[in-house]
Amino acid sequence: MASQSRAALEVTDLKLAYRVRGRDRIAIRGVTFTINKGESYGLVGESGSGKSTVAYAVMRYLPDNAKITGGSIVLDGKDMLHMDGDDLRKLRATAASMVYQNPGTALNPTIRAGDQLIEAFVIAGVAKGEARERALAMLGRVQISDPQGVMGRYPHQLSGGMQQRVVIAMALASDPTLLILDEPTTGLDATVEAEVLDLIRNLRATFGTSVLFISHNLGVIARMCDRVGVLYAGRMVEEGPAWELLTNPRHPYTVGLLRCIPRWGLSKEVGPLDTIPGFPPGIGAAIKACVFADRCGLVQDICRAEEPGLDPVGEGHASRCHFSDIAQTLPRAERDMVKRPPVPETARAALSIKNLRRTMTQQGNSFQALAGVDLEIAAGEVFGLVGESGSGKTTLARSVIGLGVPDAGSEIDLEGKKLAPRVGQRSLDQVRAIQIVFQNPDASLNRRKSVRQILGRALTKLTGVRGERRSRRIVELSESVRLDAGLLDALPRQLSGGLKQRVGIARAFAGEPHLVICDEPTSALDVSVQAAILNLLVRLQRDRNLSYIFISHDLGVVRYISDRIGVLYLGRLMEVGPADVVFSAPHHPYTEALLSAAPSLDVREEHRIRLQGDIPSAAKPPSGCVFHTRCPRKLGAICEQQEPPLLEEEPGHFLKCHIPIEDLRRLQKPEAADQAG
Amino acid sequence: MSATIALGRQESAARLRRQAWVERLRLALRTPSLLIGVGVLLFWVILAIFAQNIAPHDPLAPDILHKLQPPSADHRFGTDGLGRDVLSRVIYGSRGILVAAPLATLLGTVVGTAIGLIAGYFRGLVEDVLMRITDAFLALPTIVTALLVLASVGGSTTTVILVIGLGFAPIIARTVRAAVLSEAQLEYVEAARLRRERAPYVMFVEILPNVMGPVLVEFTVRLGYAVFAIATLSFLGLGIPPPSPDWGLTISEQYTYLISNFWWPVLFPALAIASLVIAVNMFADGLSRVLER
Repeated sequence: MASQSRAALEVTDLKLAYRVRGRDRIAIRGVTFTINKGESYGLVGESGSGKSTVAYAVMRYLPDNAKITGGSIVLDGKDMLHMDGDDLRKLRATAASMVYQNPGTALNPTIRAGDQLIEAFVIAGVAKGEARERALAMLGRVQISDPQGVMGRYPHQLSGGMQQRVVIAMALASDPTLLILDEPTTGLDATVEAEVLDLIRNLRATFGTSVLFISHNLGVIARMCDRVGVLYAGRMVEEGPAWELLTNPRHPYTVGLLRCIPRWGLSKEVGPLDTIPGFPPGIGAAIKACVFADRCGLVQDICRAEEPGLDPVGEGHASRCHFSDIAQTLPRAERDMVKRPPVPETARAALSIKNLRRTMTQQGNSFQALAGVDLEIAAGEVFGLVGESGSGKTTLARSVIGLGVPDAGSEIDLEGKKLAPRVGQRSLDQVRAIQIVFQNPDASLNRRKSVRQILGRALTKLTGVRGERRSRRIVELSESVRLDAGLLDALPRQLSGGLKQRVGIARAFAGEPHLVICDEPTSALDVSVQAAILNLLVRLQRDRNLSYIFISHDLGVVRYISDRIGVLYLGRLMEVGPADVVFSAPHHPYTEALLSAAPSLDVREEHRIRLQGDIPSAAKPPSGCVFHTRCPRKLGAICEQQEPPLLEEEPGHFLKCHIPIEDLRRLQKPEAADQAG
Repeated sequence: MSATIALGRQESAARLRRQAWVERLRLALRTPSLLIGVGVLLFWVILAIFAQNIAPHDPLAPDILHKLQPPSADHRFGTDGLGRDVLSRVIYGSRGILVAAPLATLLGTVVGTAIGLIAGYFRGLVEDVLMRITDAFLALPTIVTALLVLASVGGSTTTVILVIGLGFAPIIARTVRAAVLSEAQLEYVEAARLRRERAPYVMFVEILPNVMGPVLVEFTVRLGYAVFAIATLSFLGLGIPPPSPDWGLTISEQYTYLISNFWWPVLFPALAIASLVIAVNMFADGLSRVLER
């Protein structure tokens, strides 16, 4: 009866609190939005904004201590909040499905993928005999190659991309009105992510399903959604058509968020990234007026006195700001330009890697994680390393710092002196000279040690300072990473993600290193925090004129911080060159595909290059050029038989490809892509 | 939900630390099994410490004329086969076990934790050798091994502690090793190696504090078993020699009177053992719940 309504989902003034330590802490402070039938709606926000909580509330999958304190959720015409037991179960089975961030944990590891998919159909009401056929057909629709084979395999035998396809197939089994996607591609490689996003887009077109898409990645949202809502501290601060909102934001938070992102082609030479000062209000914080007032550069007295309404600022576009008309004049938080010191003409390379090979064994199979990498990194240079998972980025980094022993014949020299393979065999000076900033500060900081203990121990072991001098150095060190000295006695868990990573950076700098390896140092952080950390890393590098090896899967970030970039694929460098050269045509076909796959805020409808299938197993690398199995520009037999050498095609620009650079230049011209289009 | 608290400048770290402890304490106060366990344990500890002041009679003084008296105003738990006051013997009897059981468990925990840490941290050959030896010991039932050793060496409190303690070490080693395995993969361990820390420092200063939760829980669980095992050994006559008022020993001395319906010399020490074992187990259960949060 009521399901005649046009809306697939109507959330009205939703309020939700988590009961923590005997007190209700407000997490959602009144959120209203509507998803029309067939529409794709994106919810963006940083961690703690409440975007996932909203999604779980829609499904009523909430933890025991969560309490919906107000508002309504109407899914497909039915009131979700006044439903219990069987009705709720039935509605979940038919009206809405959810795809989670990590497909590895969403699938039961002990049941074959096919059986799980069949079960999803049976629950959706398909007869047992028919379910198997339907499951097979669905695997075909999510474009899994060899659906028969996949049916019989266990989840761990499938790659991440295939797992996520199976999960999507299960979600679609009930032909739901609403599909909730909670960061569905966050754990996937860029090329796989691009494929999965394409798939979701195509499926939406065929099934006409409404989508609630939750992501912290504005580029992904821009590509996937019709309309977007921006959540901040459990409040919708801006809502509007995706493209309009991202190009013409009218709330200072959205404006600031967009400025934090290292945009396409932006480099540190242009200036520091903008940041949003301060911290978001925690869950349960008392907020009287505008939720963003404390961090806003445009704040006036009225902002602290009364909360603005979500007022229209354009066609379907609304902003919760008293000053939405001047939101884009938000002053930049970072004004000081970091001047680059004159590059010293050091003849000697800071780090020189020759023929680096590493054979590893996994479950009895040995494979080459690194297959002969040659690399030189100059003093004061930031070398960016990109590549998908399994490409050998981390293996390379670990070999350099001495945590992974390369094969015999490999050679790593630091400032002209040979480095022993193990950190324990290196001299103290060499150990001090190379340090690392780890990806995840939660794992890299001992949770039982205070910041002071962590930094103090590093100083003692690496520089030998003690007593009064050490205390002074601890304070200096924390100041150099802009960590308030009042936080020195905090334990890591008492710090936010960005502050924790500052501690990790300070520790790496304790011994005044010459080369710092940054292994995805910002991938666990929100964009506004990421911007601040990147600025800090640039500043530290320039002040001390040291070298970085910067590993990241985020091409925008690598482009921003790096002077030179190397592209790794299956343990081989496919392309090396100055950052701007690598990022502009002509480039290696693999680089081209990587760049094309990255979700971008700047190109609306791109000509995308899609790579077929998954990365081949390093245990059985393809013959000839290792990329030939997925290469869209494959020449022919030569690619399958002969491995091309890494040649200097232009000064400083190395390519490992059979295609002559002039041909690549011609093929990769924008017009050429149009014709191919 | 993430437990991270974003720290503003105004909030001092020390205050937050205090809050975390208050929080843990509050959780403990809301865990009934922990409270009951602690209560009964404290009850026995106080009895043991102040036995002289609390016990109405000398636990060792025989009074053959008044043997096997049923519970009365003078002898609330009655008297045993030698006319000794059962209540006083139960009170004094707590002393031996409340010293021996924790010491044995402590010994087992220290040795087991060390083995587990070394095996879990070094992996490879060291791990294989240590864990195979541990497995071999695990295959022997603690009580039987203890019986053999005590029968050949002779019973005394020290040997009981040594035998039970070392018998527990392999079990604790397994638990600790499992915890260390996942802990040693975290990058803070690599960070320590990157500043050339020595292995003992990494194991005992970096890793150990992070596996103290499982170690504590294992300690309390083993404590319950220790009480039980020590009582069993004394019952079998291989523990503390008579005329000690030890509970297990008392039961074994007096149980023949059960046939003649003199139940009190046996029931009360048996209840004492049961209450202590259950209390320790409830404490262990409650503690693991509080620590797992």
